[in-house]
Amino acid sequence: MSVLVTRQSRRGFLGQMFSAGTLILGAGPLASSAAQSPQPWMPNVFVGIAPNGLVTIIAHRSEMGTGIRTALPMLLAEELEADWKRVKVEQALGNTKYGSQNTDGSCSIRDFVDVIKESGASARLMLERAAAAKWGVPAGEVEARNHEVVHTKSGKKAGFGELVALAAKQPVPKKEELKFKPASAYRYVGKDVPIIDQDDIVAGKGTFGMDARVPGMVYASIERSPVYGGVLKSFDDAAAKQVKGVEGTVVIEGFKPPHNFQALGGVAVIANSTWAAMQGRKKLKVEWDSGKNATFDSAAFKKSLQTTARAPQKVVRNVGNVDAAFSSAAKTIEAEYYVPMLSHAPMEPPVAVADFKDGKVTCWCPTQNPQAVQETVGAALGIKKEDVICHVTLLGGGFGRKSKPDYVAEAALISKKLGKPVKVVWSREDDIRFDFYHTVAAMYMKAGVDQQGKPTAWLQRSVFPSISSTFDASSEYGFDVELGMGLVDTPWAIPNQRAENGPAKNHVRIGWMRAVANIYHAFGVHSFIDELAASAGRDRVEYLLATIGADRKIDFEAEGTKFWNNGQPLDKFPFDTARLRRVIQLAAEKSGWANYKPTKGRALGIAAHRSFLTYVAAVVEVEVDDKGVVRIPRVDLAIDAGQIIHPDRVKAQFEGAAVFGTSIAMMGEITAADGRIQQSNFHNYPVARMNESPMITNVHIVPSNAAHSGVGEPGVPPIAPAITNAIFAATGKRIRELPIKKTKLV
Amino acid sequence: MEIRLNVNGKAVAVDVPPNMPLLWVLRDELDQCGTKFGCGAAQCGACTVHQDGAPIRSCVTPISSVAGKKVTTIEGLSPTGSHPLQLAWQEFDVPQCGYCQAGQIMTAAALLAKNPNPSDADIDSALDGNLCRCGTYLRIRQAVHRAAELMRTQSSNPLRTTAGK
Ligand code: FES
Ligand code: FES
Repeated sequence: MSVLVTRQSRRGFLGQMFSAGTLILGAGPLASSAAQSPQPWMPNVFVGIAPNGLVTIIAHRSEMGTGIRTALPMLLAEELEADWKRVKVEQALGNTKYGSQNTDGSCSIRDFVDVIKESGASARLMLERAAAAKWGVPAGEVEARNHEVVHTKSGKKAGFGELVALAAKQPVPKKEELKFKPASAYRYVGKDVPIIDQDDIVAGKGTFGMDARVPGMVYASIERSPVYGGVLKSFDDAAAKQVKGVEGTVVIEGFKPPHNFQALGGVAVIANSTWAAMQGRKKLKVEWDSGKNATFDSAAFKKSLQTTARAPQKVVRNVGNVDAAFSSAAKTIEAEYYVPMLSHAPMEPPVAVADFKDGKVTCWCPTQNPQAVQETVGAALGIKKEDVICHVTLLGGGFGRKSKPDYVAEAALISKKLGKPVKVVWSREDDIRFDFYHTVAAMYMKAGVDQQGKPTAWLQRSVFPSISSTFDASSEYGFDVELGMGLVDTPWAIPNQRAENGPAKNHVRIGWMRAVANIYHAFGVHSFIDELAASAGRDRVEYLLATIGADRKIDFEAEGTKFWNNGQPLDKFPFDTARLRRVIQLAAEKSGWANYKPTKGRALGIAAHRSFLTYVAAVVEVEVDDKGVVRIPRVDLAIDAGQIIHPDRVKAQFEGAAVFGTSIAMMGEITAADGRIQQSNFHNYPVARMNESPMITNVHIVPSNAAHSGVGEPGVPPIAPAITNAIFAATGKRIRELPIKKTKLV
Repeated sequence: MEIRLNVNGKAVAVDVPPNMPLLWVLRDELDQCGTKFGCGAAQCGACTVHQDGAPIRSCVTPISSVAGKKVTTIEGLSPTGSHPLQLAWQEFDVPQCGYCQAGQIMTAAALLAKNPNPSDADIDSALDGNLCRCGTYLRIRQAVHRAAELMRTQSSNPLRTTAGK
């Protein structure tokens, strides 16, 4: 690890400098020192330079563990030629002036790398021009270097702070005038700069949503309908009010379909501490009209999804003639796969503080999407979204859960009713029972192969309640985003391919979770290709590469397939099978695939998947003992995510993805009976612990000049199939249904 | 009912119901928010603190049971944030979101106080009650080894002083 930068604590979550408005957070650590600086010059919305030389850079995306609150500001500092030690990072309020703040979809770098570089380079050029004018020398002769502008010929130097007044008078340069630093001159990009919150975190001083507090605040714990869509019939809060510290109850109206990010509705117990609110809630007597979802049973639903998947469905990709190829195939092979519902379970459950006053509301919350907070809360309270001031704290994990701000709406609604600030705290039980679940999916696959076992036709069907049901209650089919995550974009050079999607209704709230539809599609696709390889008696890496075929950029348009491609143009982000091939070869090489000798119960498995425009191959080694316990001694991940800003955080994301993927593969499962979610906490919704996680995860980054692509999510999809493929190689047991713990391995 | 205890070397008195967990006393009454709420059921370890040097889950520890005891939280582990574990955590850039890390560090601190040279298996078994949904386990293990090394090479073991003996 190279540490180039002195560590320092630089907090600043309140945005005083740019938002005005003083915010008190009691004795909490949210206080910022920005107010001490004299008036800064703000060349653009992302950066301010004060006459004392302090550079303040705005982090407009949310920090949930990816390091983005460091990476983008660091990139701006780089282009500005600022000294990172004299930079303070401030977290932006929700505001569309920054562009999208929805920290989701593995796109913070991809979507903002240019904007942030331009912001830095533009401010630098203005400082340089100011210095040149001051010294009466040609602008081409001066250069910004480490927080000052220098004129080498004369030896003149001026600090950024000194130049602020003059720079502010410079016209804003046109885009074409900007010059960017060559990579060879980078001081921070590509180096392992510690995340700015690290000191605070290891000292227990980081401010998460759970830690937000304002004077006069009360606490709320909310009883919600155990069945999705249930309506409050009656309640009795007499016993609840007897609990010491309980101040009363507040009813939150139920949502109107579609549920969107609305509060679910329920009865909130208000108290003077989190504990008292939770205790009071236990004493509530509440009756619900559960409605039509009271019959939802996940076991029966599974059967119905599987039945749907066995019959022809809506065609979403069609190349060649699959049916004809099946009839002429030497052999056909079929398989079905199933992935259950999953819950995000970030370590910090949903939590929010809201303070409604004079027609406006101020919220402090761990949100991936402060602009969605503004919209959702504005709509809930019937006020303009501009009157919703959203402060983003650190997030104790997000994984997609915290881009859905129902919990912030709850706090805002209660605060409005009570006329005082309130903190809504979700228990872990609330988090597991009232999630926007990662959807269940049933898949059916069929292939035709020739005499040598080479596939000539490939059919895959996927049936799952869609995320789109969150926004459209009548939705039954997957939408582009879900179909574009592994259903219509298999990379095979198979002449006949068809993908189909069948209908399914939602009975709970469905939402996106880290890697989204790639999770189940990658499991089906990469398990099935492994089955074909096994059936052909071929080496699985060799078979995989052969099925991907010659290097090419897949021409989806020519084949008539509508492919979402993460909303990005295929010319900038082609589906380049050469990059997929390279990561497979790299993972195989680094894992020692060619010379690996499987022993009884110990073997390697591989899966490779492109998602979020990034190419990832995983080789996983498993060890299955004679009691059937699975251990993962080693994971080798090879990735091509294009250019990389912060290699260490990229590695960390993939190390984490290996663990997240292990949880999905081994143990994650949400079920429902009588419309009620049957899991409630980590004892019955386990996630991988240290001794259950890969013992070693090596992340191998392919050096690449391609455009920056995603890193937060794409590590997840290949993990589960690589594990089950390894288990097959180790034991001969083919696992087609997750989680693995449901299958007895010995 | 007033309950007295010692938190990070300071005598404190709180007037709360005797069954209120230490976690919520620390967070809501004493404004010590370094100790985190993750499950409330002794399942995740986010709320780990030391009671007289031993790691406990503060979410299931009634305040009455720590009356008169010494409690150390992440805020009290080292006055300057430079405990060998904190230094090792920095060196390996362990935290992702960071939410679980106080609990991880407190559990690791109790381990090292007892076992100055833990094996991988020792670390795994000491820390298997501490969940990290971001998946930083690999670096946690490396950082615990590193902290152990730092402590062994120091003349005195700083944990001995914070272990409440
Ligand atoms: S909050 Fe105490 S163990 Fe999880
Ligand atoms: S770092 Fe996020 S839960 Fe551990």
